[in-house]
Amino acid sequence: MQTLMIPEIGHFALIIALLMALVQGVMPLAGAATRRPLWMAYGRPMATGQFLFLAIAYACLTASYLLDDFSVANVANNSNSLLPWYYKASAVWGNHEGSVLLWSLILGAWTFAVSRFSRELPRDMLARVLGVMGLVSVGFLAFVLVTSNPFERLLPNVPQDGADLNPLLQDFGLIVHPPMLYMGYVGFSVVFAFAIAALLGGRLDAAWTRWARPWTNIAWAFLTVGIALGSWWAYYELGWGGWWFWDPVENASLLPWLAGTALIHSLAVTEKRGSFKSWTVLLAISTFSLSLMGTFLVRSGVLTSVHAFANDPSRGLFILVLLGITVGLSLLLFALRAPRVSHQVAFSWLSRDALLLINNILLVIMTVTVLLGTVYPLLLDAMDLGKISVGPPYFNALFVPLTVVLCLFMGLGPLARWKRTDGRDLLKRSWLAGLLALIIGALAPLLYRGEWSLQVSLGVLISLWVVLPMARDLWVKTRHSSGRLAGAKRLSLAYWGMTLGHLGVAVTIIGVTVVSNYAIDRNVRMGVGDSVELAGYTFTMTELGSRRGPNFLADFAEIEVRRGDSQRTFAMTPEKRLYLARGMPMTDVALRPGLFRDLYVAMGEDLEDGSWAMRLQYKPFVRWLWLGGLLMAAGGILAVADRRYRRTATARDPEQGAAAEPKPKEATA
Amino acid sequence: MKRRLLLLLPLLGFLVLGGFLYQGLSMNPFDRDSALMAREFPAFELTTLEDSERTVDGSLLEGEVTLVNVWGEWCPTCKQEMPQLLDLADRGVRLIGVDYKDTREKGREFLAEFGNPFEVNVFDPDGSLGFDLGVYGAPETFLVDADGIIRYHHTGYIKPEDVRETILPEVEKWRD
Repeated sequence: MQTLMIPEIGHFALIIALLMALVQGVMPLAGAATRRPLWMAYGRPMATGQFLFLAIAYACLTASYLLDDFSVANVANNSNSLLPWYYKASAVWGNHEGSVLLWSLILGAWTFAVSRFSRELPRDMLARVLGVMGLVSVGFLAFVLVTSNPFERLLPNVPQDGADLNPLLQDFGLIVHPPMLYMGYVGFSVVFAFAIAALLGGRLDAAWTRWARPWTNIAWAFLTVGIALGSWWAYYELGWGGWWFWDPVENASLLPWLAGTALIHSLAVTEKRGSFKSWTVLLAISTFSLSLMGTFLVRSGVLTSVHAFANDPSRGLFILVLLGITVGLSLLLFALRAPRVSHQVAFSWLSRDALLLINNILLVIMTVTVLLGTVYPLLLDAMDLGKISVGPPYFNALFVPLTVVLCLFMGLGPLARWKRTDGRDLLKRSWLAGLLALIIGALAPLLYRGEWSLQVSLGVLISLWVVLPMARDLWVKTRHSSGRLAGAKRLSLAYWGMTLGHLGVAVTIIGVTVVSNYAIDRNVRMGVGDSVELAGYTFTMTELGSRRGPNFLADFAEIEVRRGDSQRTFAMTPEKRLYLARGMPMTDVALRPGLFRDLYVAMGEDLEDGSWAMRLQYKPFVRWLWLGGLLMAAGGILAVADRRYRRTATARDPEQGAAAEPKPKEATA
Repeated sequence: MKRRLLLLLPLLGFLVLGGFLYQGLSMNPFDRDSALMAREFPAFELTTLEDSERTVDGSLLEGEVTLVNVWGEWCPTCKQEMPQLLDLADRGVRLIGVDYKDTREKGREFLAEFGNPFEVNVFDPDGSLGFDLGVYGAPETFLVDADGIIRYHHTGYIKPEDVRETILPEVEKWRD
């Protein structure tokens, strides 16, 4: 079906959005520099208008997909009339052009949100924040319009049907994973803009941190969920049960996550103690820069990866220039202006400040480790030293020990006091937890499998070391004359958020440890009537057949599974699909999820005698990986709900707003 | 002053990294994304679509620059691509088809309906040649030189402008 004007309307809306972004990027910044309130006032309406027109453009592209308008090249290349409607709607971001448009739309949405929810910001600060976000948006919208126009038509040779969405992407994962991830990536643009605004204005005080923290936490929570979803998707979709591959694109999402994790901790110090200021600003710039670099790595095709939609050097060059301008100018500004916002506060080497400093150093080392591993093949290639690939051995050998050390300090962090902690007091509050962690950790592999393993012991040990001291602290703090519940209510939401977040880390570590050490995996040949035993489960093939889906043909196997001698059985139905439009075969895994184990059955190849090569897997505790991620994200969100972030809103003076807060003397020191 | 220099470090680090990324961009992407580039066309021995008695092999590709197009009746985009392939054949380019994961009957119907630019069509019902070529869909097109070496790879639909802008120049380049 051809729709007359929809793509043109979308294209036009995109151009208007670019012009509005330009005004939003120039006027408020110029106004803040020359102290002209009228110019500064451009920020808010432009943010609203830009978001509106981006939404129109995005809606137009979605409409072209839903209406099967194959005269639009983007639709013809990535959709098909047989595709179910929900995949048509999400196929919009299953390709290069559409995903950059989604990126821009989300940036517009964050900008709009900032313009709505920051009414108590001082006018010049808001003007600078919106201005910086406007400039970032100019860059991306220009990128879309110049190199990646999603509304390009295929005229006059309109294809009769589309080439179809890559079958790998035809999954629930496509619907949720990219939007979440982008919400995280792009969300860091807010704290980035705050950091640049602080450098430009030469002002970074406790109020600044109180504004910046909630935005950072929310972006971080989205990124956490996005990464967890990506890992979950890869696990069941790629057909062999891996959950993290150290693929360049996975690393590209992990990099801003690690830097962002350092940032939310450094922000805590800046808010509570007024120190680490220039460090916080540098982390804010780095986190968003790494998000941008992730976009560059994925979109340019510089590194080969399963995620690369398009290897187009001209696009790569455009993003690299964009990256160079954004990051280069920010870091230059940082080098010139950081002394104006920096501030030294003394603290003892045994204090929460010091522990958080160590946390930051470790997280930065981890970030650099992953960054080096990711770009190392490129560096060698560029220097003509040959082509190599850096695989999981490198990453595991460095990342795992660093995580262990990080967790050792993490256990103590919540117990320590700001500025100075009494060593004996810290010991008193942690020795029992340490001892328990040590004993349980040492025994855990023996009890679970009857065989000792250093890796498992260490994994359990550090998880407990993170959780137990916190649990003790919680027990002490909820002591209250009218009962535990009243005591629990008295604790701040920020405290609960921190507890939940750290618990999430421990849960993920348990998951990683157990599934890496105790997963069982068997490749077998099975025909109808054959039985195979695996980890106490009996798998019997009862039927082989074929069926027709909306846009694929499938061979399926019906497997009856029985646990031990139990009477009850359940069925698992893996499929091997052939997607018609691309003639591409796909494995559709059968999963039996559980909190303590997953059963995983995938069909391999059709063997001559009517039997099939089957892959059976037993994956203990694999769900804990993603459960931990969700807990971390929930912790981040919970902390945002803390009362102190609402205080500025309720106590604000409409005339002066928070601008009336005195400038700290040290700001110019 | 020392502190100033320290603050410049992040910028310097980024500039170095950016330089490498820039260099990465200008490296030939085909070195990375097609393992078959500059390799010999994979060996095959299959019957032709036209004649189930006639068997062809790699010698089919020797002696002249040839475009090998992987297509199938089930592939709607292949129908869209036909006018461009016919155009190429008119301009004197030698084309060989690979009828991929198809039935003989449907493949013949397709050529009868949409035209046949191919000198001959290799019939690949199980997709074995397609597999060796690393094809994951159709259409895909390979340029093979007179010595049977793959010189260029085009994934997906050949657009009308691709004929003049990329395909013909590539053919010319490898003719000498």
